[in-house]
Amino acid sequence: MNCLKIENINLELENRVILKDISATLNKGEIVGLIGPNGAGKSSLLRSILGLVKISKGNILIDDLNIKDLKLKERAKKIAYAAQGAPVHWPLNAENVVALGRVPHLNPWQKLSAVDEEIIENAMVQTDCISLKGRHVTSLSGGERARVLLACVLATAAPYILADEPVASLDPSHQLQVMEILKNLSQNDNGVMVVMHDLSLALRYCDRLILLNDGQLVGQGAPEIVLNDENLADVFGIRAKRWSDNGENYLITHNINQGE
Amino acid sequence: MNKYITSNLLLIIALILTAIASLMIGRTPLDVSEILYGFVGPANDPISIIVIELRLPRVLLGILIGATLGISGAALQGVLRNPLADPGVIGVTASASLGAVIAIHSGLAIMWPLFIPLFAMAGALIATAILLFVSVRESSLLMLILVGIGISSLAIAGVSLVMNMAESPMSVRDMVMWMLGSLENRTSTDLLLALPFILFGWIMMINVGQGLNALSVGEDTAQSMGINISMLKLRVVIGSAISVGAAVAACGSIGFIGLVVPHMVRGLITNEPGGILIPSALMGGLLLTLADLMTRLPMPGATLQLGVVTSLIGAPAFLYIVYKTRNNMR
Repeated sequence: MNCLKIENINLELENRVILKDISATLNKGEIVGLIGPNGAGKSSLLRSILGLVKISKGNILIDDLNIKDLKLKERAKKIAYAAQGAPVHWPLNAENVVALGRVPHLNPWQKLSAVDEEIIENAMVQTDCISLKGRHVTSLSGGERARVLLACVLATAAPYILADEPVASLDPSHQLQVMEILKNLSQNDNGVMVVMHDLSLALRYCDRLILLNDGQLVGQGAPEIVLNDENLADVFGIRAKRWSDNGENYLITHNINQGE
Repeated sequence: MNKYITSNLLLIIALILTAIASLMIGRTPLDVSEILYGFVGPANDPISIIVIELRLPRVLLGILIGATLGISGAALQGVLRNPLADPGVIGVTASASLGAVIAIHSGLAIMWPLFIPLFAMAGALIATAILLFVSVRESSLLMLILVGIGISSLAIAGVSLVMNMAESPMSVRDMVMWMLGSLENRTSTDLLLALPFILFGWIMMINVGQGLNALSVGEDTAQSMGINISMLKLRVVIGSAISVGAAVAACGSIGFIGLVVPHMVRGLITNEPGGILIPSALMGGLLLTLADLMTRLPMPGATLQLGVVTSLIGAPAFLYIVYKTRNNMR
């Protein structure tokens, strides 16, 4: 079946168990939020899927192929990664950074073709950063840089996209903008998995949630169900107030020992 | 992309013109027709001997060494993502110097002059082996710099020790002069000794451009784009260590080319870490040939050593570039 499938994986680093018996799927056309407290193993799960760390048990299948059997560039064509707060080390033009998204498709000496150029341009239009084209990334604001790096991810044209806290350190309006872009991607038949801490955004934008705690899977399913009072209390030690407005569900969190 | 090709062509033309000028200038000045005659005339003709046996190896060696320092500097800065990296940071330069100094101190250099480059090469290879051992076991790039600095310090301590123990001031002078770097009296034997190692290094490094570009958005992201980071690191470390080792063995330690050339190319052509590899090689060859030419200009007092000239030009150039590009640095 066409999906990203995580089957009973374990991850151990320096004799410490980081992930224990995790199974999950990411289908095309959905956006899945990966939530949990700090140190729950969210980033480690993404890094396992990408093969940046070696899992000690289980399998990761992409469109029924084990990623272990895929060449690096073949895997890169399937899964794109937006790292957390990715720094850019040289004063490259925004356009050059977005063009890096084509790396999986090109051999080391191959120049960008007209098709590549078009894909790059499209990615920049979708993320609203075409006006930043010739600017040095080192001169961009946090929100602009986040959009450029997102355009780079889009330019890979990979069906599965893993984003590690893409809205961390962005102001509220840029947070919404980035979530809208990711949502649009899922509606264009991409599978998007996004690590996030803002449960309110998770509730509103995600089709499903995966809740991790201490390296274990606590729950997965519809956001309203995963974010139930019991999970919030057990995993995060918090409570939530909820309301609906115009068919949209909202949630605001507060400390557990605070009175209602 | 057009700018890239034009710039490279201009650099090649400048390099050829400088090389021709370098063949012309010397104790016996020659004009272009004499140089042509030197190439086609009888081998035992004095002009042929000057052109083919004395000047050509020196010019070719200068280009090879300058290009090696330039491309290694660019590749190391790219892989370490640090604009201050140069071939010196991985400790190969100092280790090669230690080998050369030992050859001079032990008197082996008097028995057979080629012992100096051979010992220098051995020093560079030992440093390379240590670096290789570290980079295979340790994934962190920071570790690589730290170990390189460690190797470098140890080798410099060794050089000081050998100088300290030297009995005659003459041999200390020989050591210092060797370390200041020179292309004087180099023959085709020196050239042939360095050539295979230098070519091997270039072949290792020539293919890393795409990986270096991808690395500018971080190691994890580069890897997610399908770049094999361990392989990239190995290629740059081995390639620069072997070729710089051979370069230092052939002409002593030449400062600043490896550090400054990538910055010049960034200022003039492109900021892309992969795009500066070939222009850096050309620019390095050009600068070293020019510097070598300057050491041969008539000068009151002692003749200048090559390494002195490159540092004298390189350091102010470096400061100027840093000043010009200060807004791009974070």
